Amino acid sequence: MSTEPNKANTLTPKERMRIPRQDMPEQDPNVRNRNFDEVNLGFDADTAVQEGLRCLQCKKPLCIDGCPVKIKIPEFIQLIVERDFPGAAAKIKEDNSLPAVCGRVCPQETQCEATCVVGNRFRPVAIGHLERFVADHERESGKVQLPKKAKATGKKVAIVGSGPAGLACATDLVQWGHEVTVYEALHEYGGVLVYGIPEFRLPKKILGAEIDNLRNMGVNFVKNFIIGKTMTVDELMGQEGYDAVFVGTGAGLPWFMNIPGENLNGVYSANEFLTRVNLMKANNFPQSDTPIKIADTVVVFGGGNTAMDAVRTAKRLGAERAIIVYRRSEEEMPARDEEIKHAKEEGIEFMLLTAPTKMLDDGKGWVKGVECLKMELGEPDQSGRRRPMPIEGSEFTIDADLAVVAIGNGSNPLLAKTTPGLKINRWGNIIADAETGRTSKKGVFAGGDIVTGGATVILAMGAGRQAAAAMHEYLETGEWVEIDG
Amino acid sequence: MYTITSAEFIAPDVKLFHIKAPYIAQKHQAGQFVILRVHDNGERIPITIAESDPDKGEIAIIVQGIGRTTKELNMKEAGDHLQDLVGPLGTPTHIEKWGRVVIVSGGVGTAEALPIARAMKKAGNHVTSIIGARTKDLVIAEKLMEELCDEVLITTDDGSYGIKGLVTTALEPMINSDTPPQMVLAVGPLPMMSAVAEMTRPHNIKTVVSLNTIMIDGTGMCGGCRATVGGETVFVCVDGPEFDAHQVDFAELRQRGSMYHQQERQSLDQFLERCKLESASSEDTTK
Repeated sequence: MSTEPNKANTLTPKERMRIPRQDMPEQDPNVRNRNFDEVNLGFDADTAVQEGLRCLQCKKPLCIDGCPVKIKIPEFIQLIVERDFPGAAAKIKEDNSLPAVCGRVCPQETQCEATCVVGNRFRPVAIGHLERFVADHERESGKVQLPKKAKATGKKVAIVGSGPAGLACATDLVQWGHEVTVYEALHEYGGVLVYGIPEFRLPKKILGAEIDNLRNMGVNFVKNFIIGKTMTVDELMGQEGYDAVFVGTGAGLPWFMNIPGENLNGVYSANEFLTRVNLMKANNFPQSDTPIKIADTVVVFGGGNTAMDAVRTAKRLGAERAIIVYRRSEEEMPARDEEIKHAKEEGIEFMLLTAPTKMLDDGKGWVKGVECLKMELGEPDQSGRRRPMPIEGSEFTIDADLAVVAIGNGSNPLLAKTTPGLKINRWGNIIADAETGRTSKKGVFAGGDIVTGGATVILAMGAGRQAAAAMHEYLETGEWVEIDG
Repeated sequence: MYTITSAEFIAPDVKLFHIKAPYIAQKHQAGQFVILRVHDNGERIPITIAESDPDKGEIAIIVQGIGRTTKELNMKEAGDHLQDLVGPLGTPTHIEKWGRVVIVSGGVGTAEALPIARAMKKAGNHVTSIIGARTKDLVIAEKLMEELCDEVLITTDDGSYGIKGLVTTALEPMINSDTPPQMVLAVGPLPMMSAVAEMTRPHNIKTVVSLNTIMIDGTGMCGGCRATVGGETVFVCVDGPEFDAHQVDFAELRQRGSMYHQQERQSLDQFLERCKLESASSEDTTK
């Protein structure tokens, strides 16, 4: 089919909808489940244009409503169709500073693609794949356009945490002429994007390129620096002379299940398991010094993206059997559809409606299996999902020599504990205004998982950007409005 | 990069480093530690801060070369750099005026006992230090302790110096004396800390141990350092490193500490092999 620009504009909606959704080229499942290279290979230009033609260019685009950062989706897709790929990249970057990341890790099926009109009758336009294509094309062309910077305001801003919330916040503030410094506790930048999300889903070189762009825009980065330990928020705003602080420290405190045997050797939190591989490169041991336990059978508890990342990582480390154990059914799984699909293709086993009750000791202090109960779904609970109820007498055992707990994270108290006047709620999350990120402490803003509890990369980015706008206003006017509560 | 300003061996395989780290030096309190990486493929290891000088902007650490990373670290000299250094981490030692305090330390644990001894003395306590070692050569920081404490006792397993026996040999008469300590703090190898805990338990003497577990981030993010204290799971990096000795599950700590023994051996052997090859080839070129 021709993809000339003039032809494109003459296609009727019917003709557009008749084009099938273009498939994302992928590494073969039985090859990729033994390596750490990226699973998705990306669209080429012709495939991207073909997919772009499926967009109906709605007068009132519902897809934008589904996007937490309100990317002008039909506009950037039209630029793809016109083969103005740099133009498409610039259009996305008006609203999203990390398109190469979001095109890979956003749950599009519950956001932009969920509200896509084409999706009412056919499969929705592959907005995420197109976003990724545009970002990759720009990076690979070597001609990354940096947004224009406003005249220097002379105001200094500190960003605590270099995860998605902090990076998004930094991008806007530096463009508006403020002096921005990002503080990171670990030895690499990116927060959960570097320690949590595996290479096969988000290659580190892509994240590194995004960070380099920010550096080229003038953002200062300081690593190995823990706000709350190395320096406090009050010191940042006192002796260091910062006019405002954004706290985007994430939800870094892993939950355990509080069942017997959870501290046996071979039982990891997902954070530890993934950090050993992603940040510390334990998959290259002994070339890298950090070890990880290699196991034949791995069970992972949980049904979110982190659980999928952990179980697929376990498979790649050489596990014969890598099993997801989840207490609800597949319908309730919070993981992205694509991750569940990829996991299944790679030979991951799913034991649904199953809850662990006890980790079993091999007699030498190592886990040798897990005792489970079968569950059935009852009435919906507070989360709106049907509550899992144990079936009496359904006990059974799964033999396993490694177990990973991926049931979520609480908020890390390290910063709040050392910041007088910064209010937290009973779950330890920082209390912040939903629209502006303003906290109970003057000049301090917060956003992302530290405010909401564990959520997604794009929601954190959205919060970072909203806070940036409010911080800009505060820095310009000096006006501070107290928040409720 | 973090510059090593001085490095000297103070006992066989035990090296004292001073490192430029102005922010950490400013903030350090007794009982806290740093996490460091020696090079870009290195692991993150926690090491307790032995001393800090905010004016010079330096911290001191004492390292015993046991595994690959500590052996590699001990090859560093003044002027060399560390890849990464972050801190100060952990909750500082609880300091108050107890009356009589005994600080028991073994091996490089004596290094981390130094700032605690200083702070306890400053708070008005009568401080006794018991330093335990296998043999005379391995006794470290005796002079420094003598400057800080009211009394210093040395024990060696082989009797080559001080009292022959374990630290508990020196501790026992104090506990049974007319002036027993109100507080005992033990820092060192697990068997030593657990023996001290068992000795003070029947006497209800407040006893604190400083745990040294496997860690990665050191900020509570990974949970790799978890231990059981009083039946509850704690994260040593943020909830500790110091805990009530009578509540600590030492058996679990021993088991978790052995998690990577096989890999640690493999990594060390590979490193030693490489060192051997390198020194052999440098000998070749000098011939």
